[in-house]
Amino acid sequence: MIAIIDYGVGNLFSLSSSLKAVGADTVITGDPDKIKRADKLILPGVGAFGDAIGKLKAEGLDKIIKNEAENGKPLLGICLGMQLLFDKSYEFGEYEGLGLIKGNVVPMEGRIPQKLKIPHIGWNALKIKKKIPAFSEIKDGDCVYFVHSFFADDCEESVAATTEYGIEITAAAANGNIVGCQFHPEKSGEIGLSILRAFCGTEVEK
Amino acid sequence: MITKRIIPCLDVKDGRVVKGVNFEGLNDVSSPVSLGKYYSDCGADELVFYDITASSDGRRLFTDILKEVASNIFIPLTVGGGINTLDDFDRVLKCGADKVSVNSGAIKNPELIPLAAEKYGSQCVVISADVKRVDGGFRVFARGGRDDTGMEAVSWIKRCVDNGAGEVVVNSIDTDGVKKGFDIEMLKAVCEAVNVPVIASGGAGCAEDFVKLFKEIPDIDAGLAASIFHFGEVKIPELKKLLRENSIIVRL
Repeated sequence: MIAIIDYGVGNLFSLSSSLKAVGADTVITGDPDKIKRADKLILPGVGAFGDAIGKLKAEGLDKIIKNEAENGKPLLGICLGMQLLFDKSYEFGEYEGLGLIKGNVVPMEGRIPQKLKIPHIGWNALKIKKKIPAFSEIKDGDCVYFVHSFFADDCEESVAATTEYGIEITAAAANGNIVGCQFHPEKSGEIGLSILRAFCGTEVEK
Repeated sequence: MITKRIIPCLDVKDGRVVKGVNFEGLNDVSSPVSLGKYYSDCGADELVFYDITASSDGRRLFTDILKEVASNIFIPLTVGGGINTLDDFDRVLKCGADKVSVNSGAIKNPELIPLAAEKYGSQCVVISADVKRVDGGFRVFARGGRDDTGMEAVSWIKRCVDNGAGEVVVNSIDTDGVKKGFDIEMLKAVCEAVNVPVIASGGAGCAEDFVKLFKEIPDIDAGLAASIFHFGEVKIPELKKLLRENSIIVRL
């Protein structure tokens, strides 16, 4: 059973249907017991970092997720859920993250060439930096779908893939059993589904 | 860099795709579900669904079908048509839409855009404008291109973006249906005025029209069309190959 962690941030419709499409057995839940019992965890999220980490803390889920991940349970963070895995974010202030991957989340503004549009929205190509099991089917140049204005920085050791948007931006990071994707695998066509399939350990439908 | 997007647009009325669709290999050509899946599988970068239903019963049916479409495609989905209130945003977002396109709703109530952007984020709010040349200027039209609002189009679009719209669709009434290419002059004027993605709509008649669009306006983000895709006159995989041969970056 894979738990999609529900903490009142964003719409889980697409994520849950794409997981169903790859044959994963999922539950959308914010219940600590169910999260503890699950085999794997997915941490989604859209919106602002401060609001999201605040909601996780209010429900006491931050400690549970951290504990489970540190004890080896596979955890996949998506978009803002990926950013939450890092030490700190500088989105509208300074907030502490879950500290599961070393690095900080910083704004694109001022770091990418001024003529580029923010948010970074659209299909962009991946450059693979590290072989990780979730990316077993992914190769350099495969395009995935991004929607974000902030990105993870100072995380050289854990960068699994980057994308180019004026500068090289962290597209995915991994630290052992913990994986984060800045892009949306659930919106990235067959490439995205292959990532979810590899993470969930489900077979390809023939 | 970000790839240029190719977007098929489906008009849905009372739960069925309208505007004659002619496809080989599809059992039910007017089913939004099978067409959506077909486009998603053949390399479309995004889908746009416009609900052109007038009745509330039809609208409920659309919502049910939208859910089914959204659970079967794994690319971004934009939904428009009949979006007048925040409740309308809520209704389609809960069914799996990623972005919501507003047209007449924003003209009737300009507060809709800032309210929606605040609640759902700018990335979710698309301003779609039907634009036509009147007395040498660009004018915004409402109600599916029937009513001249008297508003200058570029400043209207800019105002919507300043108020929080995160993307713009420009439908040129002048080139729509003519199939002689996109309205380069109009699209350039909009691209120069805003710094959010701009989607070109209206006028594509062949694959070369997309090459011309992306070559002549490097800032444009996407090309949208309906009938030339529905009738198979332009096939998306071949179109993308042609674009790539012309050094335009696309997702293959």
